[in-house]
Amino acid sequence: MNALRRNVLKGAAGAGTVAVAVAAGLLKPNLAMAVAPRSAFEAKSVGDAMSAMGASAPADSKDIVVKAPDIAENGAVVPVEVTSNIAGTTSIAIIAEKNVTPLVAQFDLMGGTEGFISTRIKMGATALIRAVVMAGGKTYTAAKEVKVTIGGCGG
Amino acid sequence: MKQKIITHLLAGMAGLGIALGAATAHASPESDRQELTKYYTEKYPNIKIDDYVYGALAFDADSKSQYDAIMEFPPFEADIDKGRKLWETPFKNGKTYADCLPNGGKQIAGNFPMFDDASGKVVTLSDAINACRTANGEEAYKVDDAKTMGLLTAYMRTLSDGMLMNIKVEGPKALAAYEDGKKSFFSRAGQLNFACSSCHVQNAGNRLRSELISPAIGQAVHWPVFRGGDSLVTLQGRYVGCYKSVRAISAPAGSTKLNNLEYFHSAISNGLPMKASVFRK
Amino acid sequence: MAEPMRIRATMAGDVADVKVLMNHPMETGQRKDAKTGQLVPAHYITTVTATINGANVLNGGMSGGISKNPYLGFKVKGAKAGDKVVVNWVDNTGDKNTAEATIG
Repeated sequence: MNALRRNVLKGAAGAGTVAVAVAAGLLKPNLAMAVAPRSAFEAKSVGDAMSAMGASAPADSKDIVVKAPDIAENGAVVPVEVTSNIAGTTSIAIIAEKNVTPLVAQFDLMGGTEGFISTRIKMGATALIRAVVMAGGKTYTAAKEVKVTIGGCGG
Repeated sequence: MKQKIITHLLAGMAGLGIALGAATAHASPESDRQELTKYYTEKYPNIKIDDYVYGALAFDADSKSQYDAIMEFPPFEADIDKGRKLWETPFKNGKTYADCLPNGGKQIAGNFPMFDDASGKVVTLSDAINACRTANGEEAYKVDDAKTMGLLTAYMRTLSDGMLMNIKVEGPKALAAYEDGKKSFFSRAGQLNFACSSCHVQNAGNRLRSELISPAIGQAVHWPVFRGGDSLVTLQGRYVGCYKSVRAISAPAGSTKLNNLEYFHSAISNGLPMKASVFRK
Repeated sequence: MAEPMRIRATMAGDVADVKVLMNHPMETGQRKDAKTGQLVPAHYITTVTATINGANVLNGGMSGGISKNPYLGFKVKGAKAGDKVVVNWVDNTGDKNTAEATIG
């Protein structure tokens, strides 16, 4: 059996990365692999996650819209939409600042894909949901606070 | 005054020999429904009665928009598919649920619960499903078990989406069962000493700690729900949960008491459209 | 092997609106099993990629902080009705899944 395939099947260190996905034949090998490294997703502070993504000191931008609820109905499934109106957006990342590992997702966008991502995230506590956008080699950010409560009556 | 509606509705029970001291109002299920509708719409003139199917969400745009976002592509679609498989798989004898149930099981949920004069009992949709199972040599499901009856009805009830709730209460035995359900609804229970009406009539639209309370009209049309988009709860499972919340020992799901409650609780939602398998917090 | 992904892809003007619902427990590794009290091991999708007619349009990384049964929506300008969308994911155990849909 192909050693790389065995690695993937065993779930060895590095399994699950884009590199392994390429080796497993899921991605054409000439595609750009600029997705944030796993260390960014495992980072336990916002600062560490941003450094690992190569996105320290992003500029605040009013051209990024973070659509998220004021009060989450259920912290396990919070709908979040990020729209970047910054020309040439190449990446959108979503950070839940108070999560144990704040970087929740990061997407490289290419080939005509617009600066828009819609997803659902988990939040452990009231926190800022921060979008980090890369466009034209520069980094930008905007955030929205989402309150998370522990509900009372659900049966 | 809030108390008036409850006194008025309870007064209708005087006809059953329950002495309340008030004048006997015309005690018909339809007049109960109209009284409750009038009560709610006077209290909240800006909320359309049609939106009561969204419960507490009708009172809060931020909550409703999360519901809309999630319902656009619900995370529990795979569970509904599991329910479809349960529905479509024939019994060991080759028959299917569609063979037993009226109209092949389509557009019927709004007719349940119904009163079966022959047995003298309220029959819920889950009871009818179980009757089909046992008639065809299968074991009945536990009515509030999420993995069996829950998943099955999560799909099966969607076949009635859009149908208007259409509960019939005809004849003295049916009326007695309805009134028993109404009595349960308005009777205090548990250590916290709350009736269903304490929250869902007197305090509909208010908050109990962080929770916005839904009105009783519009509640019975939208089951089962997927709490957090993930955890399936049936209507009677919710009754049991509510009784536990007021620290009462609940009658079990499928019992006469809860079936009668469901009969009353559904009748007050007559005219509102059914929609199964929805997201709730 | 996980249950199939669902993809809905429709045109809105000259933009393809793609919505994907993946099936995955997305365990963070921080949750305790209610019965055993043991931590449920981390098990979540780590990588998602999408192509349209073979051209890469999205490469993404996720943590367990994405909700169970992940939902992903994105928009691609210049795609056309009839184009083929393919979405792949890989999780932290190496399990993978793929699905495709035609833009309607």
